[in-house]
Amino acid sequence: MAGERPTCLQLTGIGKRFPGVVALAGVDFDLRQGEIHALLGENGAGKSTLIKVMTGVYTADDGTVDLNGKQYAFKTPQEAVNAGISTVYQEVNLLPNLSIAENICLGREAKGAFGIKWNDVRARAVKALARLDLKLDVKAPLSSLSIALQQMVAIARALDVSAKVLVLDEPTSSLDAHEVEQLFATMRKLREEGLGIIFVTHFLDQVYAVSDRITILRNGQKIGVWNASELPRLELVSQMIGRDAAVLESQGTASLTTETSTPFLTFEGVGRKGAIEGVQLNIGPGQVMGFAGLLGSGRSETVRLIFGADTKDSGNFLLDGRTIQRFNQRKAILSGIGLCPEDRKKEGVFPELSIRENILVVYQAKRGWLRKLSLPKQKQMAGALAKDLGVHPPDIERPIQFLSGGNQQKALLARWMAVEPRLLLLDEPTRGIDVGAKFEIMSLVSKQREEGRSFVFVSSELTEVVRTCQSVLVMRDRKAIKTLTGKEITEDSIIHAIAEDSK
Amino acid sequence: MSRANLQAKLPVMITAVVFLALYLGAGLHFDNFLTLRVFFNQFSTNSFLGIVAVGMTFVILTGGIDLSVGSMIGCTSIMAASLMKFHHVHPLVGLGIPLLFGILIGYTQGVLVAKFSLPPFLVTLAGLFFCRGVALFISQETLNIEDEFFKKSLSEVSFHITDKATVSVPSIIFILVVAVGMFVSLRTPFGRNVFAIGGNRQSAELMGLPVRKTLIGVYTLSGFLGALGGAVFTIFTSSGNATSATGLELDAIAAAVIGGTLLSGGYGSVFGTLLGVGILGVVQTAIAFDGNLNSWWTKIVIGALLMAFMLVQKGIERAATRKVTV
Ligand SMILES: Nc1ncnc2c1ncn2[C@@H]1O[C@H](COP(=O)(O)OP(=O)(O)OP(=O)(O)O)[C@@H](O)[C@H]1O
Ligand SMILES: [Mg+2]
Repeated sequence: MAGERPTCLQLTGIGKRFPGVVALAGVDFDLRQGEIHALLGENGAGKSTLIKVMTGVYTADDGTVDLNGKQYAFKTPQEAVNAGISTVYQEVNLLPNLSIAENICLGREAKGAFGIKWNDVRARAVKALARLDLKLDVKAPLSSLSIALQQMVAIARALDVSAKVLVLDEPTSSLDAHEVEQLFATMRKLREEGLGIIFVTHFLDQVYAVSDRITILRNGQKIGVWNASELPRLELVSQMIGRDAAVLESQGTASLTTETSTPFLTFEGVGRKGAIEGVQLNIGPGQVMGFAGLLGSGRSETVRLIFGADTKDSGNFLLDGRTIQRFNQRKAILSGIGLCPEDRKKEGVFPELSIRENILVVYQAKRGWLRKLSLPKQKQMAGALAKDLGVHPPDIERPIQFLSGGNQQKALLARWMAVEPRLLLLDEPTRGIDVGAKFEIMSLVSKQREEGRSFVFVSSELTEVVRTCQSVLVMRDRKAIKTLTGKEITEDSIIHAIAEDSK
Repeated sequence: MSRANLQAKLPVMITAVVFLALYLGAGLHFDNFLTLRVFFNQFSTNSFLGIVAVGMTFVILTGGIDLSVGSMIGCTSIMAASLMKFHHVHPLVGLGIPLLFGILIGYTQGVLVAKFSLPPFLVTLAGLFFCRGVALFISQETLNIEDEFFKKSLSEVSFHITDKATVSVPSIIFILVVAVGMFVSLRTPFGRNVFAIGGNRQSAELMGLPVRKTLIGVYTLSGFLGALGGAVFTIFTSSGNATSATGLELDAIAAAVIGGTLLSGGYGSVFGTLLGVGILGVVQTAIAFDGNLNSWWTKIVIGALLMAFMLVQKGIERAATRKVTV
């Protein structure tokens, strides 16, 4: 349907080099009016860089950018905005100190004789949010929102302009299914209105749900462009990773073994008011337990209880078979529990430090700063982890800020792997990570599991849960409702459990 | 008011309470303190501090700092005085040229900060030395201004509110600057961009806001207000002195911080700064009223207040980061 429409954005021969890396080399890309164009590739393929070049954040070393037949060389994002390109960048870029309304309208506020008309601004923000089926107190500061809602606000801001081109760099990475549906509905409507939309994501289902065409990048080069309907999924993955995708399928499947004597951790009806209730669980050595449920069902809250970040107010808590009365984060770490949290952005990379230092910081802290690991040891340890997780580029002395978004996430995951905890809590570990690396992470979990380590694996992607876990705790509305084990674990059974008797 | 909104306003509310407590406390303690005369005098004596503190607030809101404003007052006051005394220019010209000088210096500092990404602390430290140097170069003496027009229409003018209470030209300028500052910060895109830059400069850039222009504007504004403070100082003292207002930039920073402006940028208000200046003024006046206390006590009290406010702000910040998830 988008077949014969005119081109609105044309990139020709784009090249971008950073010290020591060629991020883009001779990339052509064209976007038509009224189409949704998926831009795909592995972590570090150059997607975000291409977007930053076309929106004036970076200036290209080679190549040209044409918008509706006119050549531009944007020097600032502001120029790109003025020319009609509206962007949601990969990192949520908003202002925590200002209100939600301002975050949506800043830079285009209605003005009258007495300055900004705040009532108009607020009304406009409410309307922009309503398009996404959201109702928020727009006077509240942005910092009061969860990451998912902040992402929705960023999208609302981008939609609230009369742009010709809309660019969305991984807009759905922290959204739940309903929010994604709302976004897609809006995207489809804008497509009808003739907008050209560029959509970056690592969720392949989403690619097929909305895209008309697909462009694939690999190592900074364009591999090709396809009509979405003519590119089968397996073929797409093969093009992205540059080898046969069937290989991936054989990796990291959960084997259904191990039911060992003393569980490492036991919860007997543990709960915390307003967060989660009635959690019943047993995690033995070498076990991966999945938490499934919708966003806000209590998964992250349970993880926090296990890590001692919050305290329980009901139920029993046993570690190695012994009842624990008072538990806190310090005790959790000392007894060998580690947490790789959901909100990794805030938890934080240290941007100026190298990948090696970022990976080893928690390990070193646990070991004690006086017993500093020697440099060769550090290199060996961090290098091995970076390699296991496929951090790219593999030069671990590079400051982490120069890695692509997905690769930073991998490094943070490596940070917690380095501590070698007995139980590692992984809250959405595969978010923003490409297909290849997702499999690598899952197979790493399986490998370490065989060495006797336990995991809690929280993921919104049921395929991953089914693949990796020996037992699954299903939650709904802040209650633990069911535990599935062994052969009972299928996508259907999980969906069924989530939806069951929600009369 | 929702909890989140309350948290944003809390620092200013605390400052207001402290201001009232100090003011009423001093009023109960000293006779004649709670009079309109003392009240309006405060505006005169603190006018130049208040004016530069407004500029300082904008700069700090972006996450920067302007150390040059104290020297700017010294420099522009001696410049104005010497223009009138030795070159016999009309007072409006004599006060106008220094204003242009202030704008120029502020603009230059802004360009260095915004375009060349130099640290504001060092850029304005250089400005501090430069202005003080120029001031001493112009004259090392105190120059009294004898100009008739200057006396008749500026320095000796006062409007009677009651028999004893009067409002001077410096106070009027101060009040105007505060009013305009509040308007600009709350109701203009420029003002909101200032907050945006302080919130997160990189985000502001990616949101397509004119970050550089705004930064240059902010330092130019501070330079201008520094020079205006100098003009007011000249009117207030009817003289110029190259070493006057030494260290005043630190009082201005203290006033802004006590008024709830965070040094890291993004949070604060011009109104809060007005209260901050008010607190400094009340402390000073109260100690002057006492008569037995050395004026250094002002510094000690301000130091203690500053410390207390920083702790309060930290507490609020901690509470705010404990998320109010929706
Ligand atoms: N500012 C920078 N300085 C140096 N290198 C950079 C910089 N930004 C990106 N790179 C490098 O350019 C390459 C492409 O990165 P880019 O962020 O475009 O990847 P991406 O496709 O968006 O990946 P992801 O899916 O992880 O977000 C990576 O190798 C990255 O390390
Ligand atoms: Mg990216």
